[in-house]
Amino acid sequence: MKKKILALLLVLCLGCSLLTACGGKTNNGPTGKDTPTGSDRAAANEITVGIAQDLDESLDPHKAVAAGTKEVMFNVFEGLVKPDKDGNLIPAIASEVNVAEDGGSYTFTLRDGVKFHNGEAVTMQDVLYSINRNADDSAGEPLIPALSVIADMTAEDNRLTVTLEQPDSDFLAYMTLAILPENYDKQDTAPVGTGPFRFVSRTAQDSIVLERFADYWGAPAKLDRVTYKVIENAQGLLLGLQSGALDLVSHLGSTQTSQLSEKDFRIEEGTMNLVQALYLNNAEKPFDDVRVRQALCYAVDKQAVLELAFDGYGHPLGSSMFPAFGRYFDGSLTDYYTQDTEKAKALLAEAGYPDGFDMTVTVPSNYQPHMDTAEVLSEMLGAVGIRVTILPVEWSSWLSDVYGGRKFQSTVIGVDASNLTADALLGRFYSTASNNFTNYSNAEFDALYEQAQNTFDEDAYTSLVLQMEKNLTENAANVYIQDMADLVAVRKGLAGLQFYPLYVLDAASLYWADTAVS
Amino acid sequence: MKYAAKKIGMLVITVLLVSFLTFMAFQLISGDPAETLLGTAATPERVQALREELGLDRPFLVRYGSWLLGFLTGDLGESYSYRQPVWELVAPKLASTAALTGISFVLITLLSLPLGVLSARVRSNVADGIRTAFNQLCMALPPFVLGVLLSWVFGILLHRFMPGDFPSLTADPAGALRYLFYAAVCIAVPRIAMTVRLLRSNIAGEMQKEYVLAAAARGASPTMILRRHVLKNVLLPTVTFLGQTMAEIIGAAIIVEQVFAIPGIGRFLVSSVANRDYPVVQTIVVLLAFWVVLTGTLAELINHAVDKRLG
Repeated sequence: MKKKILALLLVLCLGCSLLTACGGKTNNGPTGKDTPTGSDRAAANEITVGIAQDLDESLDPHKAVAAGTKEVMFNVFEGLVKPDKDGNLIPAIASEVNVAEDGGSYTFTLRDGVKFHNGEAVTMQDVLYSINRNADDSAGEPLIPALSVIADMTAEDNRLTVTLEQPDSDFLAYMTLAILPENYDKQDTAPVGTGPFRFVSRTAQDSIVLERFADYWGAPAKLDRVTYKVIENAQGLLLGLQSGALDLVSHLGSTQTSQLSEKDFRIEEGTMNLVQALYLNNAEKPFDDVRVRQALCYAVDKQAVLELAFDGYGHPLGSSMFPAFGRYFDGSLTDYYTQDTEKAKALLAEAGYPDGFDMTVTVPSNYQPHMDTAEVLSEMLGAVGIRVTILPVEWSSWLSDVYGGRKFQSTVIGVDASNLTADALLGRFYSTASNNFTNYSNAEFDALYEQAQNTFDEDAYTSLVLQMEKNLTENAANVYIQDMADLVAVRKGLAGLQFYPLYVLDAASLYWADTAVS
Repeated sequence: MKYAAKKIGMLVITVLLVSFLTFMAFQLISGDPAETLLGTAATPERVQALREELGLDRPFLVRYGSWLLGFLTGDLGESYSYRQPVWELVAPKLASTAALTGISFVLITLLSLPLGVLSARVRSNVADGIRTAFNQLCMALPPFVLGVLLSWVFGILLHRFMPGDFPSLTADPAGALRYLFYAAVCIAVPRIAMTVRLLRSNIAGEMQKEYVLAAAARGASPTMILRRHVLKNVLLPTVTFLGQTMAEIIGAAIIVEQVFAIPGIGRFLVSSVANRDYPVVQTIVVLLAFWVVLTGTLAELINHAVDKRLG
């Protein structure tokens, strides 16, 4: 009998070794020479970046909408001006920008010798085409509605003068729109721009490859090639980093970064530049009552949310504005409401809910940070008698039911800014704005907003922005939580990572510090 | 011939039914391709314009009809998420998945048959205990956990392959197959355990039958009885089971492809459902339905070949 057991065990062992043996047969050794590791890529002066979602259906920068697409294609396209890492707009395709004294017109001087990735020179025709394409309202709403402020454009030699209907301090921010060649119709699948990297190829749900553009007008990119690898799940991204397949992954959680060895990786911390909040449907009972909304604010301890769900990472916020906006950001609002369960209960009783109420929080389940936040919030709200049901939904459903349809009670999400204008964050709280998904309706806010639209003095405008922010806080438009931390895992030896106040990854500044990477 | 006609008829009905139900399912759940594509940049006008561009403003039955017409004439349409012909997108992914499931099936068949027979023959309390425990463990391990475990051990500790860096099947077939091998193990392990258990209990059941006793009485050795009589009878349910397994592996591939970051149709199906990319979903679902019917038919044909009595 013993012999038979031995035989069984032997066969099992054989089976196991067979499994591993045929796998290793074609391998050239423990370092896996035929698949490049981090150090091989350093020698080849290239990197592989892991991204959690595939790009938009169209790579045309005027049509692409997803933040993840802009994050990658930032390296391929440029406008007349472009943002730097401090949020300033610096000349790009225009070598010089002159603003008329009254702010009513802008003169752009085209830079000499700027070339598209297909080798053709950038002409005034291309610039006019690119701006007109975004301003065109013949098919309904233009791609950039704010461009309706343009009254006239006149081109003279290499100078373009744009005259505005009225001064607009946000105008220059829109001139970051990508300049594209006019007579080129494959922008969707084989985009051509003027940036430091040129687009090489894309494989659906697998990878995007960029290469250094040799004829770039400015400081050339240091890396020869950047490959973006699409890996949807966080565990897969982590394994990719550990195995050596990936060199850099952004937007990781603290639980993931803590699993990476300090020997191989450096964790850099930036901010996501968004406003994460428990967004409330202000038109829906009981959130149409300001006292109820305030009660929710008093029930929540932001710092505790950060500690419990984010290992302490993140920057608490008190309104729809985040620190990267500089002068527009009012830090004092963060502590406008401090946790006070008694006050919360009293407000609820006053509003007619002495025993609390039931509410649902709709959360896109593919965003773990928002799910975690909802869990913690549900505990905190429970302490003041509010019974929370978390409703996880697919991203698609969230977009159509919550964001588009406004059929929800509350949701946890992060709202970002599409450009560096205050309007990008505050415009959605104007009562009739098409993207006012929280149905916020406040006469004072609307008046401030309208006034700001007609204010061209920089200081006066800033003051109005600050008042709008304060209005949102005082009326507890939403339960503001934080600007989430952006944790980036970077392979040791890879340097030059820069954080922007926008959702972009500047690959042109990255470089391998020394090729002797372990 | 009659048999072939019946099977083809069944295939057509299945594909029609499945494609219609999938189309209908998307009608019932919330989420719209245009809204998903436009994301937070969506405005009612833009959504409307895109819906018209994609032909989503037409009534449900008209859309299904036009899809069916296209499908029958070999035009699978264009993906909403990639603006490329569906077939161009699906074909290379189909190759990865076919290779993955192929390797899995070979592993299952090659390992479970001898292991099953062996485990039926080796009987003792200790061996039974070990075997049952090991078997249960293998069956209970979720593919996701097993996948992460295998990636850790063979990818990160032993450097046998590089998780997250799937080599192209056309450019580096050897590397791609090696990579797929570990993913295939992940799919195969629980199914080998199931097949072994099935074989073992069937053999044990068969061994109790009278013809075995009769053969033993005639002086035939246990090995001879097993080879000559029992195996033949046990083979039928096993082939049927393996046929089912063949269909099931595709389901497991959906999860395994995600853990191992393999660009296959399972992973593509998941993301296409999330994006409401109907043309891609329809194509993959029809391919899967076709596959399930085909494997079932194959198992039946093999059974017929083995045992003529089944008529």
